[in-house]
Amino acid sequence: MKISVTVNGKTHESDVEPRTLLVQYVREDLGLTGTNIGCDTSSCGACSLHLDGEAVKSCTVLAVQADGSQVTTIEGLATDGKMHPMQDAFMQNHGLQCGFCTPGMVMAAISLLRENANPTEEEVRIGLEGNLCRCTGYHNIVQSILACAKGGK
Amino acid sequence: MIPSLFDYKRASSAAEAISLVAEYGDDAKFLAGGHSLLPLMKLRLAAPSVLVDIGRLKDLSYITDAGSYIAIGALTRHMDVETSPILKQHVPLLACAAGHVGDPQVRHRGTIGGSIAHADSASDLPATTLALGATYVVQGASGTREIAATDFYKGFLESALRPDEMLTEIRVPKMNGAGWSFQKFNRRAQDWAIVGVAAWRGNGGSGVALVNMGSTPVLATDVATALASGASVADAAELAAAQADPQSDLNASAEYRVHLAKVLVRRALEEASK
Ligand code: FES
Ligand code: FES
Repeated sequence: MKISVTVNGKTHESDVEPRTLLVQYVREDLGLTGTNIGCDTSSCGACSLHLDGEAVKSCTVLAVQADGSQVTTIEGLATDGKMHPMQDAFMQNHGLQCGFCTPGMVMAAISLLRENANPTEEEVRIGLEGNLCRCTGYHNIVQSILACAKGGK
Repeated sequence: MIPSLFDYKRASSAAEAISLVAEYGDDAKFLAGGHSLLPLMKLRLAAPSVLVDIGRLKDLSYITDAGSYIAIGALTRHMDVETSPILKQHVPLLACAAGHVGDPQVRHRGTIGGSIAHADSASDLPATTLALGATYVVQGASGTREIAATDFYKGFLESALRPDEMLTEIRVPKMNGAGWSFQKFNRRAQDWAIVGVAAWRGNGGSGVALVNMGSTPVLATDVATALASGASVADAAELAAAQADPQSDLNASAEYRVHLAKVLVRRALEEASK
C-alpha cells in the first residue's frame, strides 16, 4: 500500500505491506536505526518515537496507520549539528550508560515535558513508566529530565 | 515479530466500516488504536485476513455532557479520558482508571472503545465501566442498539457484539459526588493488574467491579447488597470474590487472587467511604 509519511521533516512516499510495523519502516526502509527494538511487545519503550508530536511505541503501530502523519525519531532532534536540549541534558547528567534505552527515553521525556512542562520528580518517574532501563537505575535519567525542564527548554 | 498477511481497508465513516466488515465476514477485524489487537497479531494469536481501520473516524472521539450521563465516543483515547475536565468532574473514577492503562505511549494510541470491545477481563476499563453501570451503544447494518455493561461480557475475550457490529459510544452515569477508589495491584508500573478494583459508594448506592478475577470483568454484587443492608466495609469486603472465578497464572494462584480481591475491595471501600 502506498503511504506518505513525513519523517524528521522529510516526506517519504513509500509502498509498504500493510503488516509493516512503524519501527520496521523507519529502521529498514528509511535506514533510521536510532530507534531501537527491545521487547517488541509494547513493554520496554526502546522503540518510542513521536507520531504527530506524541510519544508512541512504534513496535505497536503499523506504518499504514502513520500515513499522512509527522514522525520524529531521535535522528530528527538535533538542529544544525546542535543537540536538542533534552539530549544535552542526558549528556550533562550522565543519563545513560549503555545507551540502548536512550533514544526511547529521550523521545518519551520530550513528550512528557510537552504535556507537563514543570513536572515534579515523582511525575517524571511516573511519566517514564513505559520505558525500561537495565543500566542506570533511572536516577540520572530523572535528573536529566528535571534539569532540562528547569532549563525551560 | 511480524503479523501474518492481511488486507488493509481504511474506513472513512462508521457506516462504511460496518459495511466493509459485513462484506468480509468473520475474518475481518476493526482496528482502532491497535494496542490490544496488534500485540495479539504479532504473536500470531490473532490472524484476521482483513483489518478495517477505524482509527481516523475523528467524529467518534468526543466526551460530552448528556445530562444524567457522559457520552464518550468509542475512539476517544485513554489519554483524553484521563485528562478530560468533564470526566474529572462528573466521573472521576473513570478518568483515574484510564490513567492506569499501560503507560503514556500506550495511552496516546489506545482507545476506550477498543479496550471495551476487546473485552479482556484483565483490562482496567471494562471493569470500571461495569462498576459505574455504563451502557454501550453499538451500530450494525440493521441499526443501533444499546447494551448494558452487565449484559456485554460473555466469556474470555467474548462480548455481546455481533461480528458486524461496531461499538460507537460509551454512556457513563454521572457519579454526583459519590466517593470512589481505583485499586490496581501489579508488580511493575505498566503491567496488567494481577487484581484490580473499581469501586464507588454514595447517594444511597454502590458499585464494585473486579479486574482479572475471571474470564470476564466481575461485578461484585454481593458486596453491594451487603453494604445496602448495612454491613460494615470489612464484612462486605469478605464477599468480594463471591461472583469471581479467578485463574492461576505465572503471577498469582487463584487462592492468592481471592485473598487480594478481599484486601483491595476493603481498601477501595474505605477510600470511597471517606
Ligand atoms: S520494542 Fe517497542 S516497546 Fe519494547
Ligand atoms: S542505559 Fe543501558 S538500558 Fe538504559
